[in-house]
Amino acid sequence: MTNTNENIANVPEVSALPFTPKIIVFCCNWCSYAGADLAGICRYPIKPYFRVIRTMCSARVDPEWILEAFKLGADGVMVAGCHPGDCHYLGGNYRTRRRVAMLRTLISQFGLQPSRLALAWISAGEAEKFAATVNGFIDTVIALGPSPYSKKSPLRAKEGVHA
Amino acid sequence: MPDKIKLALGQGATCSGCDIAVLDLDVELLSLFAIADLSFAPLATDIKYADVEAMADGEITICLFHGAIRNSDNAHSARLLRKKSKIMIAYGVCAAFGGIPGLANVTTTEKILQTVFQDTASTVNPEHIRPQTKYVSPQGHTLELPELYDEVLMLSDIVEVDYLIAACPPTREMNMQLLKVVLDFVQGKAPLPPKGTILALPKTMCDECDRTRPEKIIVDEIKSVDYTRIEADKCLLEQGILCLGPATRAGCNAKCMKANMPCRGCMGPTSAVIDQGASMLSAFASLLKTSNAEHLIPEEQIEKLMEKIRDPLGTFYRFTLPKSLLKKVVDDSNKPFTGAPR
Ligand code: FES
Repeated sequence: MTNTNENIANVPEVSALPFTPKIIVFCCNWCSYAGADLAGICRYPIKPYFRVIRTMCSARVDPEWILEAFKLGADGVMVAGCHPGDCHYLGGNYRTRRRVAMLRTLISQFGLQPSRLALAWISAGEAEKFAATVNGFIDTVIALGPSPYSKKSPLRAKEGVHA
Repeated sequence: MPDKIKLALGQGATCSGCDIAVLDLDVELLSLFAIADLSFAPLATDIKYADVEAMADGEITICLFHGAIRNSDNAHSARLLRKKSKIMIAYGVCAAFGGIPGLANVTTTEKILQTVFQDTASTVNPEHIRPQTKYVSPQGHTLELPELYDEVLMLSDIVEVDYLIAACPPTREMNMQLLKVVLDFVQGKAPLPPKGTILALPKTMCDECDRTRPEKIIVDEIKSVDYTRIEADKCLLEQGILCLGPATRAGCNAKCMKANMPCRGCMGPTSAVIDQGASMLSAFASLLKTSNAEHLIPEEQIEKLMEKIRDPLGTFYRFTLPKSLLKKVVDDSNKPFTGAPR
């Protein structure tokens, strides 16, 4: 195990960041969530800017949820599931990666950087990979800056449009 | 015979196809005019905003408002008619979900003005003249033009909407159904449907389509409908044509598919989803065949495969971009962040 204290020292202070990113990580119940859990048990330090949402399978993540996360101001979204061939429901993650691939094209048409949407395969035993992947993604998102969707459109504000 | 009801045909950013759709009632127009007077219809009668402003609030019984909200005049017209009408109906997909004008949300007002007043080959504009919303002539006359909005909105973004009818344009059958609802209400036979009702069916287009629906669809290629000979009874998706039926609400009697054309989604999403594009994306992601067993295929190849479905934004949101979750394109160019910390 890595020396936790030393790693924690590497986590930047919130005030030192240009902004506090909001990141959603969807984890499938059978692999990635267990991996995340193990990362916690092992006390691997992970920067505290992500929120995990557990789903039964990565394919349960409706593309609509990902778009909704961006609409609600998420600066990055990650979908994490079992490795190809290992999905608890046999082929769920094949759907996931097709959808995420197409969603990347779609969000870049909407003007967002496609790297704001990440896909990761993390098994129940890969706690260290979970920590490293999420930390890496957080760095990517910090470098990208806040999502433009986190600002309300001036027209909508002026016209009093809800949502 | 009770007093006649008052009908208004309001318009926003529209092609006026919806006005024509009302005319398409043909002989039934007589039964419409037996119960209704046309109190506001700029396409058919000479009427000014001042005439509407002079009306009492709620004086108009029903307003069919078609067209999206593209500029300040559309918004003004929508607000005025809302105030003067008891029932406001978003009539046609532009008013209901943004429609074709809503596709302007893939660009910005600045880029549109740049193209129209600068970049087109036939434009000569060395002084970079742009339209002004206000101009005072040397004689002191003030001339005003509506302000072009930065974003196309749907009617319900601006005012409260009682009922929605999507489609581009609403079909004769839908108009007949609407007419019956109105007739029944006016004659006291039935109450109005609950607010927010979409006059269509709850199921998807595929349930309404006459073509045989296969269990599972896998295709090699996405084909263009222009260059493909369409087989009559076979599902269009199965023939490689991108048909948006699986993610579109039924209620138009699957007219396009009867004419060998794929559904393009003008009925909007079903009530189970918010974002029509996202549900199309789910439906189409598993459509394409892979050359090998799926677990042997690397990520990059999957990305290539998905690129076969070109322009997902324009295809999946052709009629519903202003209703979609993200609504409008943004600028996320990778410049160093300099804003205030949050
Ligand atoms: S259960 Fe983990 S990806 Fe399907």
